[in-house]
Amino acid sequence: VDAQEADSVTIASTFNLHTFADAFSFIWHDRGLLAAKVGDQLQLSGIALALAIVLALPFGVWLGHLHRGSFLAINVSNVGRALPSLAIISIGLPFLGIGHPVVIVALVVLGWPLILTNSFVAVDGVDEDIVEAARGMGLRPYQVLLQVELPLALPLIFAGIRTAAVYIVATATLAGIVGGGSLGDIIFNQPTYFLSGVVGASILVSALAFAADFLLAGVQRLVTPRGLRSGSGSQWEEDPSSVLEAAAV
Amino acid sequence: MSHALVVAAGPVIPNFGKATGCIADNNSFFCIPWMRQHWSDTLQPALVQHLWLSGIAVGIGFCIAFFAALVAHRLGWFAAPFGVFAAFLYTIPSIALFQLLVPITGITVTTIEVGLVGYTLLILFRNTLAGLRSTPPDVLEAARGMGLTRGQILRRVELPLALPAISAGVRISVVTTISLATIAAYITPYGLGKPIFDGLQINYQTEYVVAGLLAIALALVADGVLVIVQRSMTPWTRRRQTA
Repeated sequence: VDAQEADSVTIASTFNLHTFADAFSFIWHDRGLLAAKVGDQLQLSGIALALAIVLALPFGVWLGHLHRGSFLAINVSNVGRALPSLAIISIGLPFLGIGHPVVIVALVVLGWPLILTNSFVAVDGVDEDIVEAARGMGLRPYQVLLQVELPLALPLIFAGIRTAAVYIVATATLAGIVGGGSLGDIIFNQPTYFLSGVVGASILVSALAFAADFLLAGVQRLVTPRGLRSGSGSQWEEDPSSVLEAAAV
Repeated sequence: MSHALVVAAGPVIPNFGKATGCIADNNSFFCIPWMRQHWSDTLQPALVQHLWLSGIAVGIGFCIAFFAALVAHRLGWFAAPFGVFAAFLYTIPSIALFQLLVPITGITVTTIEVGLVGYTLLILFRNTLAGLRSTPPDVLEAARGMGLTRGQILRRVELPLALPAISAGVRISVVTTISLATIAAYITPYGLGKPIFDGLQINYQTEYVVAGLLAIALALVADGVLVIVQRSMTPWTRRRQTA
């Protein structure tokens, strides 16, 4: 370990291609530590995503069903995108203290508007004629919502959840500055883990973001009703990777 | 919690001096005497720095992305490699990119700017190119039929029609840059992130709460100003929804 540390000291000051080789050897040698941090990061992100979904989805779907509040539902995501997560954390800190809750609040603030806007647009945009036909067949309003609007809106709703998930997974790194419990513990601590550790942990953050994107893209495909899967429904098949929208945070 | 590499060179213990009340006791997260005392030496310079950092980054990023989009519009093959390059930059976690840049550019404004410019490229390039490519074929046909040259079509037809997409891209990249610039202060002590990290390190609530509020206010005001600019530049889109 000593030799490795001595190595890393020089690497921290002189940055070259070895940094990346050392980053991978860091990932291999410290896989136990990294697995724990990845676990923490996923737990943190999972809780935040679940809360964001619970808080945003019913609201967005309900507004979309009523075709009301488009101004609110669309602009809320523009405002939400403008809020720096670090600032949210620093404002929440006096109320929630050091630890996971304040990070979860910041992540929910990040994901909530994306899910709200997408679920509103998805339900609001369901073909009027189809809804009309369903009503004509004698379906009650809640049946129209559950049996017609929601299935048709699901792919777009999941697109919003997917983008939110990628944002949240990447941003959960910020937990490293307030009490820890994520890969941010390593990324924000170069004095202990050296540049190679920082790069190694960052590679894992990017990999997690891509994995979340890939996984939810699969779910999105599964929940797409068969009638929408090809042909006219190709709109969301061509959807570019959400990682490209979100990973920088 | 260990703070950034060299930032710790500054005084760690705040100089409370003859401070009284909430300044010394740190018992309120909104200590107005502290704000009054440190507006001119801490908060205001950080706010101005933050504005400059973000403005310069989006300015340079826009020049690069705009030029690249023009090239990609003319030479179709250029879109993929530049797009992949910009996307690659975008997927690097920001705090890691800033640390990787330090050995090359040092603890300087350059480090922040290189990182921030890198993150603006993807959105600006994609939106500008998508805007340029969205000109309806009929419109292009008509312009050509009227005898406009390629350069004239670009300036008088394609660019004006691409304006909503371009300004939407500018808007997203401005708020993203303001947010990322707060995180950059962990490595390079400039902008509103500096009082946030300083306050966190010495656990002085008012400092990080007020700096956080200023960062949010800056982002919202910048977004609002851009909406107004966007609307006044593209009056014909006013009745349509531009997300």
